[in-house]
Amino acid sequence: MSETTDGLAFGSLALALLGGALRVSTPFLFVSLGECITEKSGRINLGLEGTLVLGAMGGYGVSLLTGSPWLGVLAAGLCGVLMGLLHGGLCSLPKVNDIAVGIALMLFGTGLAFFLGKPLIQPQAPMLPSVELGAWSDDEQIRSALRINVLLPVGLALAGLLHWAFRASRWGLALRLVGDNAAAARALGYPVVPIRIGATAAGGFLAGVGGAFLSLYYPGSWNEGLSSGQGLMAVALVIFARWSPLRCALAALLFGAAGALGPALQSQGITAGYYLFNAAPYVLTLALMAASWTPGQTLAGAPGELSFTQR
Amino acid sequence: MDALTHTLLAADVQDRGAAVEAYRVTKRFGALTALDDVSLKVASGSFHCLLGENGAGKSTLVKCLVGYHPPEEGSFLVDGREQAIRSPRDAQRLRIGMVYQHFTLAPGMTVAENLLLARGDLPLRIDWRREKAALAAFLDSTPFRLDLNARVADLAAGEKQKLEILKQLYLGQRLLILDEPTSVLTPAEADEVLGLLHGMTRDGRLTVMMITHKFREVSAYGDSVTVLRRGKLAGSGKVGELTTQDMAEMMVGSAVSVATAPRRRAADPERKTGEIRLAVDRLCADNDRGMPAVRELDLVARAGEIVGIAGVAGNGQKELVEVLLGQRSASGGALRVDGEAYGATRAELRRHGVFSLPEEPLRNACVPNMSVAENMGLRDFDIAPFSGGWLSLRFLRRGALTRRAKEWIEAFGVRPPDPSAAIENLSGGNVQRAVLARELSGAVRLLIVANPVFGLDFAATEAIHRRLDQARNDGAAILLVSEDLDELLELSDRILVMSEGSIAHQALAGYVDVAEIGRHMAGGAGHGAGH
Ligand SMILES: Nc1ncnc2c1ncn2[C@@H]1O[C@H](COP(=O)(O)OP(=O)(O)OP(=O)(O)O)[C@@H](O)[C@H]1O
Ligand SMILES: [Mg+2]
Repeated sequence: MSETTDGLAFGSLALALLGGALRVSTPFLFVSLGECITEKSGRINLGLEGTLVLGAMGGYGVSLLTGSPWLGVLAAGLCGVLMGLLHGGLCSLPKVNDIAVGIALMLFGTGLAFFLGKPLIQPQAPMLPSVELGAWSDDEQIRSALRINVLLPVGLALAGLLHWAFRASRWGLALRLVGDNAAAARALGYPVVPIRIGATAAGGFLAGVGGAFLSLYYPGSWNEGLSSGQGLMAVALVIFARWSPLRCALAALLFGAAGALGPALQSQGITAGYYLFNAAPYVLTLALMAASWTPGQTLAGAPGELSFTQR
Repeated sequence: MDALTHTLLAADVQDRGAAVEAYRVTKRFGALTALDDVSLKVASGSFHCLLGENGAGKSTLVKCLVGYHPPEEGSFLVDGREQAIRSPRDAQRLRIGMVYQHFTLAPGMTVAENLLLARGDLPLRIDWRREKAALAAFLDSTPFRLDLNARVADLAAGEKQKLEILKQLYLGQRLLILDEPTSVLTPAEADEVLGLLHGMTRDGRLTVMMITHKFREVSAYGDSVTVLRRGKLAGSGKVGELTTQDMAEMMVGSAVSVATAPRRRAADPERKTGEIRLAVDRLCADNDRGMPAVRELDLVARAGEIVGIAGVAGNGQKELVEVLLGQRSASGGALRVDGEAYGATRAELRRHGVFSLPEEPLRNACVPNMSVAENMGLRDFDIAPFSGGWLSLRFLRRGALTRRAKEWIEAFGVRPPDPSAAIENLSGGNVQRAVLARELSGAVRLLIVANPVFGLDFAATEAIHRRLDQARNDGAAILLVSEDLDELLELSDRILVMSEGSIAHQALAGYVDVAEIGRHMAGGAGHGAGH
């Protein structure tokens, strides 16, 4: 192989990875932003995987019924709000553990979605539109890599908005206070339980929207194997991002790129270890968790009320 | 009622410290009467001290006053007018604020954010530039200095205490209630904070009511005192007219001698100390943030001596104690007890007779929601006579645990004397006593103690010091880590000064140059108490 073809192959691999990152990262982005809001209030919602799948099903169904994918997105968000309210409400009962409830709701959400979604497997619902960022180029590869979903810029803008709101809005400060020291918040007269329920519901909304992306854009159909654990990985991603929405966005893109590694290599003709490369996001999750979790050290930036930061 | 109050214009009253009166207040917790018909009077612009033994009802009284738990009977008068204080919001309306015994700050947020959140009427969008300028102007109007952008978790205890006080001043309080504000501070930090508050009362802008166990603080800063004993009013008066002796007698209800003379004036060269019990060899350990906190530290403690460790808080004492107790792993060096390698396992603790009283015992030495009896049994619930039975299945013998707990409660004066009470509901001093009972009643060969009398009244302090001395005379090796130099001077056979994670200076009892020790405590560390 000559040097130029080598360079070309590398260039198109990078392009494929970029395209993959832009395409696949959206659900990571929305779920992790949602989880970020919830965890900032001092609770962990592990049930977002279930919310994601339920949102995908609900969004697909409503888009099919009404013919409008945007109503589908809204419906997916509302499914998420209901799941969030359920989680928030259950965890507000005395002696209820948020992690256990989260696991139960994860199973509940996926189970319910599979049950209600049976009739949705065949028909084709209207899809979300895409934005052609690559229209300036003649190269089909560049055009396809830069063809993004509208939800992606929305999500990125949301990350910026959350970053600002956590710092400089009444809601953001109150949310962080409740997540950092609930006793202090109570002493200052902030309503701890309603704020936490609200934060979990908002987190659920975003996770539901992330689900709508799966069924209404990419891969763009409803089936039971739609999610491959994005909801759970997003939770890990929030920890890796140290509870910063901007870093959540970066990490989501990184995870998206890792997820695109297998298909990208395949498109380059490298088929050896295809399944191994497909496992890249999971390996990345494990590696990042191990790297960011030094024993004996408290995690900088962790909300003080999270059950795993308390000693 | 004060005639002057009426002649002043309302606006003038608002600019002055509040005058507060409690009238025949009674508060019950179930069968326990925590406050029984207590009355007290605090003049506007005065510095009032509230004294009493552990469990006397001091915290309960001020919590009634700030609406935390309203009393069953009695009333409160503010500026001569009766006021119903049913919730913290009522107290806030009257501009009465309290600094609690534990910190109520959000550790992950900055000083500025904590102050702003206390205000309660935040705008939807916060203009940080304007708010910071306003906060800086507010800070300038008070004698306190703090970095607005610092994260609370990174502040020293004294700075956190200042922030708590600032939070109340920021809310415009006219009466500031402090519940043992200095129990978490070094003496230098305490003097700084109390001195500043005292100055503010001299302008008449603020009234301060402080709960304390330290007579020194009462005579240095107080104008008047009220003393409680077992929920009842035991006496009150002006500071200048009461001696320490008088106040101590009111507290315990009988004639006492306030022993202040050092127990040991000179190292006794004749006195033979025994073999080496604890040897620490080039020990290194990191703090929570992964920075080295203990650096190549060497020390030994021999049978029959008390080794005092002095130092400004934050120079690695906490980490040293945690390594010795097995709560933190060392990053280098070796520990030996009785000449054997030591890793603070349960078996080793038992074999070598190692006992301990860490600081914050409720967190570090107790299971908060278990009962006093269960907590007292944590060292030996799994051996005879507290466990046993058929086929050596080691069933727990609750009866035996409870019986022993009753004996210890009696011997150490734990109140309430109920072995089945959850230990987290005990007052701070009583938790300390319960843990001490567990740690001092066994066959102690090596005792590791950190700030053993934080938050204890003088009688309990005296009793614990006597017990430590007794344990030493019985041949135990004692490592006493304390921020109170007076305590160390009184008890220690040898004093080591810890600075920046290692021993900077050593002195024998009787040959101690306090100035020299102070120099080594401050030296090198670079930042003293109030940086
Ligand atoms: N919430 C509660 N429930 C039951 N009993 C309580 C409660 N709070 C306080 N008590 C009891 O009331 C009594 C007075 O307690 P309080 O905390 O007022 O003592 P204190 O004078 O502040 O003591 P210390 O100096 O140790 O802080 C104690 O016997 C305590 O056990
Ligand atoms: Mg108290």
